[in-house]
Amino acid sequence: MSPYTMTWLAILAAAAVCFALKLLGHLVPEHWLADPRVARTAALVTVALLAALVGVQTLTTGHHLVVDARVPALAVAAGALALRAPFIVVVVAAAGTAAVLRALGM
Amino acid sequence: MCAVTSPRDDDGVGAAVRQALSVSVATGLYGVSFGALSVAAGLDVAQTAALSLLMFSGGSQFAFIGIIGAGGAGAAAIATAGLLGARNSLYGVRMAPLLGTAGWRRALAAHVTIDESTAVGTAQATPVATRAGFWWTGLGVFAAWNAFTLLGALLGDSLGDPGKYGLDAAAPAAFLALVWPRLRGGRAGRTARFTALAAALVALALTPVVPAGIPVLAAAAVAIVVGWTGAGAAPAGAGRPGPGGPEPT
Repeated sequence: MSPYTMTWLAILAAAAVCFALKLLGHLVPEHWLADPRVARTAALVTVALLAALVGVQTLTTGHHLVVDARVPALAVAAGALALRAPFIVVVVAAAGTAAVLRALGM
Repeated sequence: MCAVTSPRDDDGVGAAVRQALSVSVATGLYGVSFGALSVAAGLDVAQTAALSLLMFSGGSQFAFIGIIGAGGAGAAAIATAGLLGARNSLYGVRMAPLLGTAGWRRALAAHVTIDESTAVGTAQATPVATRAGFWWTGLGVFAAWNAFTLLGALLGDSLGDPGKYGLDAAAPAAFLALVWPRLRGGRAGRTARFTALAAALVALALTPVVPAGIPVLAAAAVAIVVGWTGAGAAPAGAGRPGPGGPEPT
């Protein structure tokens, strides 16, 4: 099977999993998920996945740890978030920082 | 963002609809960056559009293309997207009794159960405004998110090297903005901050030695240990969407 077909299969499978999880919430009796450990763990899993993605997408290329223009770009994003900037401003500021630093040769 | 109720709008439906439309436009614009990043990660326009139509959960979609783009296995991408989408189950549990739907409408409600629709719906004061807020936000974000994803994918296709425009820095910035509102607060915020730091360090430490996609999944294990053993109180926003903050799909 070609990589292109594999990607399509992964898209359809992941979409099915995501839809099934949404539907599950609408179908299960409320008390099934009432255990506070479930809510706490689900919230922390979200935090962990997002934080890991921030780390990996800022500091790695392939299997290597790399420090490049993405690091100052992320610092700018954090500064914008601390100033309560809207989401789109945070993203554009980070991209703009990296683009400018690369144009300057970093 | 708070619902402003005018004297002529005593059931709050008008305010809920206005709030829904502004959230839809703001979130939709962010779809441009998803579309551009997805083609930069190596997916084509049709695959990118399919993700927004069928998966329709921003965090899961960004994670999926991040892992595929890094050369990760399909199974790792599916597992990460699913784990990030698990919070939508908790939103569904909250919304189902408020919506009172059945049959195909329930399936449609499930598909548009995301951070934004749950946040706007549960922020309303009356049952009819809750339903209006949920449906207008869910369907509004769906329309805008898909239209702007397509636009971003077509633009991204013609841009060339994504690094030149800093698009590779836009993705981690987007994830940072998604996690940011969850790290605030006292004791609960401390647990979340500890988990975030530990997760990022675990993922970085594993990157040189395991296949792509696995480091991020391993980080989830950190959270399961912390959450299940109760090493701290429930983090801010446990089981409910953040009330303010930039927190797209």
